[in-house]
Amino acid sequence: MHLSNFQIFLLLTVLKIVVVLLVTLTAVAYTVLLERKVIGLIQNRWGPSRTGPFGLLQPLADGIKLFLKEDLMPLAVERPLFVIAPMIALSCALVSIAVVPFGNVFTYRGVSLFEISDINIGLLVILGITSIGVYGIALSGWSSNNKYSLLGSLRASAQVISYELALGLSLVGVVLRAGSLRLRDIVNSQAHHGALSWNILPQFFGFFIYLMAAYAETNRAPFDLPEAESELVAGYHTEYSSMKFAMFFMAEYANMITVACVATLMFFGGASSPLGHLLPETFGGRFLTAVFPILWFVVKIFAFIFLYIWVRSTLPRFRYDQLMSFGWKWLLPLAMVNILITSLVLAFHG
Amino acid sequence: MQLALFLIFAVLCVLGALNLLLQRSPINSALSLVVVMLSLAVIYWTLGAEFLAAAQVIVYSGAIMVLFTFVIMLLNAGEEVKTRGSKVAYIVGVPAVLCVAALLSYTFLHERAALGYANLGGRLNDGASNMAELSKVLFTDLLLPFEVTSILILVAILGAVVLARKDN
Amino acid sequence: MVPIPYYLVLAALLFSIGIGAFLIKRNIITVFMSIELMLNAVNLTFVAFSHVHRAVQGQIFVFFVMVVAAAEAAVGLAIIIAIFRARQTLDVDSINLMKN
Repeated sequence: MHLSNFQIFLLLTVLKIVVVLLVTLTAVAYTVLLERKVIGLIQNRWGPSRTGPFGLLQPLADGIKLFLKEDLMPLAVERPLFVIAPMIALSCALVSIAVVPFGNVFTYRGVSLFEISDINIGLLVILGITSIGVYGIALSGWSSNNKYSLLGSLRASAQVISYELALGLSLVGVVLRAGSLRLRDIVNSQAHHGALSWNILPQFFGFFIYLMAAYAETNRAPFDLPEAESELVAGYHTEYSSMKFAMFFMAEYANMITVACVATLMFFGGASSPLGHLLPETFGGRFLTAVFPILWFVVKIFAFIFLYIWVRSTLPRFRYDQLMSFGWKWLLPLAMVNILITSLVLAFHG
Repeated sequence: MQLALFLIFAVLCVLGALNLLLQRSPINSALSLVVVMLSLAVIYWTLGAEFLAAAQVIVYSGAIMVLFTFVIMLLNAGEEVKTRGSKVAYIVGVPAVLCVAALLSYTFLHERAALGYANLGGRLNDGASNMAELSKVLFTDLLLPFEVTSILILVAILGAVVLARKDN
Repeated sequence: MVPIPYYLVLAALLFSIGIGAFLIKRNIITVFMSIELMLNAVNLTFVAFSHVHRAVQGQIFVFFVMVVAAAEAAVGLAIIIAIFRARQTLDVDSINLMKN
């Protein structure tokens, strides 16, 4: 059977989307398990250990439990918005994966295999989709018709909008160094000398600001005020049950993965190897050259997710006014100073 | 291919705008406006304005419309009530609006030969990228207006703070 | 290959719907949103004409419109909140006095 180039493109794209979605969702499920395990170990207990060997089937059991639970629909909710809100949250969390390059350029008949799409404004697309994600949170709180939900969602939207500024500005330094918003170009600009040319060294402040802002964007500890269970029951998803709750839950972890992807791409050289020239380009033949970058990428993302969990189990929650003043009075000015210094250095040395 | 893309998002745009008009509760209107803005972003992208497509998503749907939904949530704005003024608007406004739409559409379709065609993602001047072209003009020829807008934003921030502050 | 007039007709439709919503709607927030819709329609014509003339200036105009719209939304919504505090209503017909 002979296929035209366009048909190949269409088939491969659909295949890539399916594979990436499956991998991401599995990764989401196992991030939950990893979190419970690691926090358990840090708190000197076992974590889930009964379902399957080492508790490895726990995500499956959790999924079946959430799927089979009764889907409660409270009487006073605004029905359409109540149903749409978790879908917006989950789809926004998953869509940004589409512009992330996972491996090196590896094309089959003109279609790049290790990324769904490589567009000129990749970074802006990720930022844009993150900013759309606020609607999921805001609408869930409003449509639930519950004061805890509304307070939680107001807090969450204010927090996400405030930290979005610091998040965007912290990445400008990297963009200035790479001279492009295409994620592939940003990765390539750090690939020359292995770990030495990663942006983490010259852009350390940018990385610090990004990390703080990203924790706040994903509503994770120490900035998990929107769902502060000691004050707000569960925050914006108080009224949700069954699959709708599971969607919010998956969205949170998918957002963590996206944030880890962006941090890896921007500051840790994406899929490039940390060894640089120590490892020859054509090490281990064609197959290994294609697979190694993906391995590096996965290892880096795993490290970030581990850091997330570590921070959650170590740091206490901020107070709400502390959170706001930290974002506006510290992170934002620091990010601007970082941009200023980076551009001055580039102007005189670049 | 491009025509299909355009038609899908144009229809989405018009439906969203009509929904804004027909919905009674402000939050539904706000959400349909978000749909309009997101589809416009795709249409900008097909016209080669990549940066504007991203800015449309980030600034319009991500900031301005979030602000609107925020205010609607804060004021708990319910459904609107019909009053006498709105009947006059129906009788005079709707025919006038239809006239405007018909006149504009007729003019544009009449001049179709002079306007030409749009190519998908067409670069404007064979430059490096849409962003490079934009910033080059913005930071050389139009530097003063650009700086003035930053002052405008500063004034707007101060004005908003002063207006929304509670009197002590 | 899409004829440019299609884009312009779309913009004209959006603009007319914007005017209609501006006239018909009674809620002050929705009236404000219809102004945003009209601005968006005009932005689309700018981008389309910028494509016709192969000049980037049209897109820069849109950029400035976005900046002004953001400033306008901030101030406008602050005014709406102030009005709501004073009158407890968002209906444009009942906001008809200069003083309380």
